[in-house]
Amino acid sequence: MIAELGLALLWMAAALACLSLVAGALFLRGGPKDLASLVRPASVAQGVLTAAAFGLLIALFVRSDMSVELVARNSHSLKPMLFKVAGAWGNHEGSMLLWLTILGLSGALVALFERRLREDTLVATLAAQAALSLGFFAFLLFSSNPFNRLPIAPPDGQGLNPLLQDPGLAFHPPTLYIGYVGLSVAFSFAVGALVTREIGPAFARAMRPWVLGSWIFLTLGITAGSYWAYYELGWGGWWFWDPVENVSLVPWLAGAALLHSVAVTATRNALRAWTVMLAVIGFSMSMVGTFIVRSGLLTSVHSFAVDPERGTFLLVLMAIYIGGALALFALRAGTVAEGKKFALLSREGSLVINNLLLTTILALVLLGTLYPIVAEAMGEKISVGPPYYNKVAGPLALILCLVMVAGPLLAWRRDDGKRLWSRLPPAVLAGALVLFGLVLFGGSVRILPLLGMTVAAVVAVASLAPLWGRNLRRTPLPTWGMVIAHFGVAVALAGMAAESAFIKERLVAAAPGETVKVDDFAVTFVGVRPIAGPNYTAIEGRLVATTGSGASFTLRPEARTFPGLMGGPPTETNEAALLTRPGGQLYAVLGQPVTSPDGTAERYQLRLWWKPLVWWIWLGGALIAIGAALSMLGRAQLLAMWRTHRSKKAQERFAP
Amino acid sequence: MKARLLIAAMMTLTSLPLEAQDRLPPAPYAYQQLNDPAKEAKAKALMETLRCLVCQGQSIADSDAPLAGDMRHEVRTKIAAGESPDTIRKWLVARYGNWVSYDPPFDGATALLWLGPLLFLGVGGWLAFGRFRRAGGEDER
Amino acid sequence: MRNRWILFVPLAIMALLFGAFVYRLVTPAETLIQSQWINKPMPLFDLPPATAGVEGLKSSQLADGRPRLVNVFASWCIPCRAEAAQLEALKRAGVPIDGIAIRDRPEDVAAFLNEFGNPFDRIGSDQQSSVQIALGSSGVPETFLIDGKGIIREQIQGVILAGDVPRIIAKLEAMK
Repeated sequence: MIAELGLALLWMAAALACLSLVAGALFLRGGPKDLASLVRPASVAQGVLTAAAFGLLIALFVRSDMSVELVARNSHSLKPMLFKVAGAWGNHEGSMLLWLTILGLSGALVALFERRLREDTLVATLAAQAALSLGFFAFLLFSSNPFNRLPIAPPDGQGLNPLLQDPGLAFHPPTLYIGYVGLSVAFSFAVGALVTREIGPAFARAMRPWVLGSWIFLTLGITAGSYWAYYELGWGGWWFWDPVENVSLVPWLAGAALLHSVAVTATRNALRAWTVMLAVIGFSMSMVGTFIVRSGLLTSVHSFAVDPERGTFLLVLMAIYIGGALALFALRAGTVAEGKKFALLSREGSLVINNLLLTTILALVLLGTLYPIVAEAMGEKISVGPPYYNKVAGPLALILCLVMVAGPLLAWRRDDGKRLWSRLPPAVLAGALVLFGLVLFGGSVRILPLLGMTVAAVVAVASLAPLWGRNLRRTPLPTWGMVIAHFGVAVALAGMAAESAFIKERLVAAAPGETVKVDDFAVTFVGVRPIAGPNYTAIEGRLVATTGSGASFTLRPEARTFPGLMGGPPTETNEAALLTRPGGQLYAVLGQPVTSPDGTAERYQLRLWWKPLVWWIWLGGALIAIGAALSMLGRAQLLAMWRTHRSKKAQERFAP
Repeated sequence: MKARLLIAAMMTLTSLPLEAQDRLPPAPYAYQQLNDPAKEAKAKALMETLRCLVCQGQSIADSDAPLAGDMRHEVRTKIAAGESPDTIRKWLVARYGNWVSYDPPFDGATALLWLGPLLFLGVGGWLAFGRFRRAGGEDER
Repeated sequence: MRNRWILFVPLAIMALLFGAFVYRLVTPAETLIQSQWINKPMPLFDLPPATAGVEGLKSSQLADGRPRLVNVFASWCIPCRAEAAQLEALKRAGVPIDGIAIRDRPEDVAAFLNEFGNPFDRIGSDQQSSVQIALGSSGVPETFLIDGKGIIREQIQGVILAGDVPRIIAKLEAMK
């Protein structure tokens, strides 16, 4: 019954999306005013029903109802509960339903709380959101029904890919999806504003918390995903410039550009057409990313659920939405004045350069990701990887950081260079100290990490400059947010540069009792023992790491074997053991056993790394997200909105 | 043809053990570093830019596939014998094509890849700075 | 507005992007990595015998005037078993075949030959895949067609199918 109810709810939600779209469109073409009043409740109901359907899907996974095809294919009754629940979105159909749920709930929230826009713009926005939902409903209901029943229920399910059986799966995809899909609201606002030609500060202010909100989730999702890959893939890499990683980075870059340009539009009523275009690009890139991952267009370490037929469906959907929105932009944006002008040396000027660099990086990441297809069409098979991105994006990112030093210190409209220079000496001094320190004592550091650490020092100090001489209690939240986020960029940059410059690697075949030196640590391989997990067996290694000062810590890396379900072969994964210290992380992996020629003493392959400051990368990511969250709290004016809502209600009650 | 497709599918999935595995221990230099830290650093840097032939988008430096291990052995052996990383890359490209290198060369087919970002920056900069110049006078319009 | 055309640029870029997507959906990526070491001489190597009772393989032995096949295989490779019948047929047709066993143990090679037959004149053991890498080969089984001067003329990736046998014989015949 649950599955049938879920399917029925989905159809009802799709019908409501249809209603919102038709009513909204008729109203905007001059239909009766009553139509507009339909759109808000319909949007709210659509969101609630979709969320309920998603809840039912989770219930099916929790109950391990193997008569449902999706559960049978992706779950197993013996799986730990967390992975049963997470299994609901660890597959194509379930994750598309999650996508639709977020799409619907975002629309519902806009319908409930947005009071700053003109009525017709809001109706157009909600109609655009409904149009997006409708396409994805069609995709789900016609080609990826998550509630499909099997004619005969199997005794048990096929389980979930062991690499995905990790708490990371419970949090990483939903977080990323909220970010991806949250950008749909900015997209709909942009379409709505283009339809009614209401592009100005009010539109920018309405859109701003949504951009910040989705960008927070994108930041958290990418940061968490990077950490997950770092400890799960067993080689200590935290970013591979892999196609799937790249397509999640592209919406993040679009969001970063958008939240800076929307600041200009909201504050100074400038860059209007540009902001609208970025809002369209942001969600477009979310869709492109999903399409690339789902269609299996590019091979990747992370790919799952590959199906070219679904790819075609998604491609048609995308062509309608992105093509439609950009065509609307091309036809309407010409009638939108660009807004107020400004000098190069001004807050706006620095934000324009920020946007130029961010969009260039966005373009080159997209280009590098898709270029192998272009080259193949020209008859050459190539691979584009880390060397390309480091060479091309690296310098641009460092310049971007330097612009970030100047931007927050500049006044709006125009400023003079002397005032800027007067606030820079501490930052320049910090950079110079780091640079000389590294050149004198750092050994042979490559140029990019060297510049990275120097720029990180400059940014770290300069990012605090907006707080100097201010009453910290009266400093508005958005300023705090900006300072913390920019400081987070410096922290992450320092982590990346230090890790790549000073990493220490030791690969050894060690016998029990043997001690290996890694940087300051003496790591003793005590031995191994077999252990059994809930649905796997493993060999657990025991390592004791002793620091130079005598403190000792135990690390327990595991080599896990998951039994092959349904007659499949067993799968092996490596669980790295991490020791986090103030100066970095010790990363240990237990590899294959090595039998010596005489067949006696067994040795094990050990992979040990000392990664200086590596955790700063994710700390930086978290700081960026916290900064954006503070900024959003300051901008959303939730409190103020709640108050006006209450007073309005009160007035209605006392009305005659 | 079907059999060949199946093998192709198997080869791309070595991260999952669909393909039968050999029973030989890894090659000596697959999981062992060179004694000379300078040479090891060179080998490591090179291995990070070479693509594993049987994996899904991983470098030979981060893969447990046996062929990746053998390629690491090949690279370390050649570096130890005094060959330069550039020679080794060319040697491999002559056998597997540019696909094996994550650092695409600059040629006719990749000109747009390398020049595209510069072009984008140039055109974008020209548009943006055009605006600033026009804005040189008064700021309202 | 003056620069109206510029507003259409995003749409045009998107159209190019979609062009690439459609191209890729219509022509799926080739997952096999073909060797570029074709029409080039066999790399130099001297491999020890893969198991007791067979002869090892030297690259100099491959330029004796007779066009031949070099089959890259392994006992642990399941598709290689499916290839045994075709190799047998080629041998019966008088095609000289040499083998290179990849990452294999002598006892496993012996068991493999015992079970699936031995069409090979010589079998070299390539325990660290170094000859495989020098050939630009990326998997097992693969078969190389060599002319009488020891020049590689063709690479066949995957199992030789029954339908391929006459073509291979004809091609080797033409090289004589």
